[in-house]
Amino acid sequence: MASLYGGLDVGSMTAKAVVLDADGRLLGWGMAETTPQLAVCGREALDGAVCAAGARSEELAFVVGTGYGREALPFVQKRVTEITCHARGACALFPGAALVVDVGGQDSKAIRLDASGRVLAFAMNDKCAAGTGRFLNAMAATLRTGIEGLGPAGNNSTRELAMSSTCTVFAESEVISLIARGEAVPDIAHAVHRAMAKKLAGLVRQAGVGEPAVFTGGGALNVDLVRCLEEFLGVSFRIPERPQLTGALGAAHLAREATPARSL
Amino acid sequence: MKPWSNLRFAFMRGAGLDWMTRLSSGPRRPPASREPFFGPPLQSRHELRRIMTRHYGLARYVKGVRPVAWVTSGAPVELLRAFGCYTLYPENHSAVCGARRMGPELCEVAEDAGYSLDLCSYAKVDLGHALSGRTPVGRLPPPDLLFCTNNICQTVLYWFKALAHHYRIPLLLVDTPYVHGEPDEAALRYVGDQLKALVPELERITGSDFREERFREVLLSSRRSAALWGDVLSTLQARPTPMTLFDAFVHLAPVVALRGLPVCERYYEGLLRELKERVERGVAAVPGERHRLLWDNIAVWFALQPLSRLFAENGCALVAGTYTHAWAEPAARIDERDPWGSLARAYGLIFLNRDLESRLDLMEQIARDFSVDGLVLHSARSCKPYSLGQYGIQRALEERLGVRSVVLEADMTDFRSWAEAAARTRLMAFIESLEAA
Ligand code: SF4
Repeated sequence: MASLYGGLDVGSMTAKAVVLDADGRLLGWGMAETTPQLAVCGREALDGAVCAAGARSEELAFVVGTGYGREALPFVQKRVTEITCHARGACALFPGAALVVDVGGQDSKAIRLDASGRVLAFAMNDKCAAGTGRFLNAMAATLRTGIEGLGPAGNNSTRELAMSSTCTVFAESEVISLIARGEAVPDIAHAVHRAMAKKLAGLVRQAGVGEPAVFTGGGALNVDLVRCLEEFLGVSFRIPERPQLTGALGAAHLAREATPARSL
Repeated sequence: MKPWSNLRFAFMRGAGLDWMTRLSSGPRRPPASREPFFGPPLQSRHELRRIMTRHYGLARYVKGVRPVAWVTSGAPVELLRAFGCYTLYPENHSAVCGARRMGPELCEVAEDAGYSLDLCSYAKVDLGHALSGRTPVGRLPPPDLLFCTNNICQTVLYWFKALAHHYRIPLLLVDTPYVHGEPDEAALRYVGDQLKALVPELERITGSDFREERFREVLLSSRRSAALWGDVLSTLQARPTPMTLFDAFVHLAPVVALRGLPVCERYYEGLLRELKERVERGVAAVPGERHRLLWDNIAVWFALQPLSRLFAENGCALVAGTYTHAWAEPAARIDERDPWGSLARAYGLIFLNRDLESRLDLMEQIARDFSVDGLVLHSARSCKPYSLGQYGIQRALEERLGVRSVVLEADMTDFRSWAEAAARTRLMAFIESLEAA
């Protein structure tokens, strides 16, 4: 029976899971929508990953849980914070990464790493929806672009509009008045991204700017947001193929490192 | 009326109150079983409880017997003691309300009366208490006079003005100019002169004459208390530490509320003895202590338990703090041979009344003396003077000391803005980074 290692990241909007083999190769991943039964949706994501890997749950030698739901997962062997997991995941994908920016559903964070991937400093926005995935969701709803459409829309902007507020509640009414003024959706979307990127840039500067820089979390899928932040910080971001999985991937690597390799 | 009040107070102060407390609290409960990541609890906690209960308990019988003064934590209370005032500290009372999780409800009373959401929660809890009478300590005697010094912040000034207006009583104020860089002798003389000028005022309000001899006695006692408190804190330099800062936050109460009184000195003599014994025997407050941390700012009173547990569980001992150390500060400066000048220095030069650079130097010194390898900076939402500049302090200290740090966003008493899960994640991520370093 093969020894597999699982990483499970139960966030505020989705649960993500990754399964690795003993050599750290990605075998499968799974996702589930987060529900109030954190353990149930966590299990679902993990089962999905195991299934995608063509394996059985009994083959999991060690699972690390992370994300805001980590305390509620009875079946994981260890719990580690998102900070450490995102850092580990980013380093696995981009060795030598010096900065990780993560924009998740309910918080955003900037993590500064040393040359060997250890966390030097981090800054988090965990109090205010502005600067998080929720903010993007609210804006996408107001602009009726859908969350996937928000980035491309912003990319097509031709005019720079000023937006004063990054508070989700006030931004919403500001967007509505821009719509009423007849401004084009792409321009408004771009203004929203600039406002959010400005807030994120402050967060990153708190932790310290560095390169190579990696953008993780669902927010990394928004091309216009990434571009705005690159402009503010003067760095260029590397984006994982599936940025939302970075935390789970890091957790799986930590699981692999937590169990000493068995010699046969 | 007066003789009867006097008699009642004398009886309570004698054996009465201790006797009543024993009756009402029943047999002493065996200590709750402690979790393995905590060392054995301090024996002194029983005595602490007794003297603090007594302090608040006696307050109920003191009205009409002695003038009751409400004072700010940074006020030179020694002067009032010389006039026999019974002193109560709204800030200490607010901390008690915070620890009993009454912060939000009392804040709401004040907010309903029109006070701003952004006002310091110590002030709001106190104003909420003044307006509603609600308190976890039974009942507090309304003040006969108020005594305020703006060396901790400007908020106290307006807060105490509001109290003066509410109770229609005199407010005595000592203005302590903010110190940039080296202390300004003229400014200190100005503080000393204000203190002297209060003497005739206090004679008029309290109806007693100023007795210089008594004043010097109080000064001496106050210096001794503060010095003893400093010695108590110094025992935390030991590795493993015999108590943590969470204990210190609680055992701080006497030096805040009772300094200048013999009971305070006696208490710290006992506590110091116990701690020294622990150090000798190698008793650890956090068995398996791996990291030693410094805490900046006032305690998060409503979350003392979960926080102390989280740190202890992970082998982290909080061994030093700016807030707890601030109370040992006056020790060196009070000199009964130069009462006015030394009192002005003791209270005019406190930590919160100095510029960031001096604060930084002091923190660096403390961090080195206590060999800390990490900093926890509590950014208290409603205490601006203490929390402003913390990010700059954080960066500078990280550089100077080569340690890691974390900013914890919370408040002293108001948990409406407290996000437990987010705070936990931040602290755990910080601890993980300490472990990896
Ligand atoms: S603002 Fe800070 S220093 Fe001033 S009274 Fe409130 S807690 Fe104390």
